[in-house]
Amino acid sequence: MRWLWVDRFTEFVSGSHACGIKNISLDEEVVDEYSPGYPMLPLTLIIEGLAQIGGILVAEHFGFEKRVVLAKVGKALFHQPARTGDQLRYHVKMEATQDNGATVVCTSHCDGNLQAEIEMMFAFLEEGKFTTGPLFHPGDLGAMLRLMNLFHVAIDRDGHPLKPYANI
Amino acid sequence: MALSQDEIFEKVQVALVDALGVDDDEVTREATLVGDLGAESIDFLDIVFKLEKSFGITIPREELSPEDILTNSQYVQDGVVTADGMAELKRRMPWANLTEFEKKPRVQDFGNLLTAGDLCNYVESKVGE
Repeated sequence: MRWLWVDRFTEFVSGSHACGIKNISLDEEVVDEYSPGYPMLPLTLIIEGLAQIGGILVAEHFGFEKRVVLAKVGKALFHQPARTGDQLRYHVKMEATQDNGATVVCTSHCDGNLQAEIEMMFAFLEEGKFTTGPLFHPGDLGAMLRLMNLFHVAIDRDGHPLKPYANI
Repeated sequence: MALSQDEIFEKVQVALVDALGVDDDEVTREATLVGDLGAESIDFLDIVFKLEKSFGITIPREELSPEDILTNSQYVQDGVVTADGMAELKRRMPWANLTEFEKKPRVQDFGNLLTAGDLCNYVESKVGE
């Protein structure tokens, strides 16, 4: 299974916010098998999708020099299930940063209706903690972000397209 | 308008309840963050974010976590904080009650030192700046 829980970035403003979409398809095994007879995207994978957008938002803010991991989900409210055929529109806003972590506030909408509200915190792994070295093989993160169309939409605070990063 | 001590405690209490998933009545001024309230290392980062947001203050990492002192051989010998180390801790953390820790200042016990009341004192010192 590929661990990509966002289909496409639709907006990305460095250090501010990012948006993306997730389409729910019946041919995804987790959608079919999570709740037999009632296909839906597991709630945890909605959190994961938002965390992937949020993690990239935070990591980019620090020049992809930090080893960013999801550390805590402070709030998770789900107002409706995400069923097959639905398209979730994710929005992630950077809330605060420290030199060892960051917080983001997230929403998911479906057909204009608020589907989920999530708050989460990321921590930066210190060298030698849990694992050493980068979390991605060289080129892998950049390839994933290109698959997700990040660089088609990403701009800096001044509205200019993001320059390519050599370290991802 | 300056916040009263009760107002500060109430906001600290909310932050700790949210961050640690404990009940209001568990958060007393005497409650230790680790031993009584079950805080883990990652929770301290969460608490910092919540206090910054709630009080509109900035909390430099070294002010609440004097790891640099506790890992400095100048201030620690055989796992025990030296007199110089204690002086440095007191200088860095004048808002913390170090009386009990000073009697037997083992580095391994430092993590369970801070109380909710200490956090209130710290916040009070920051909002008054």
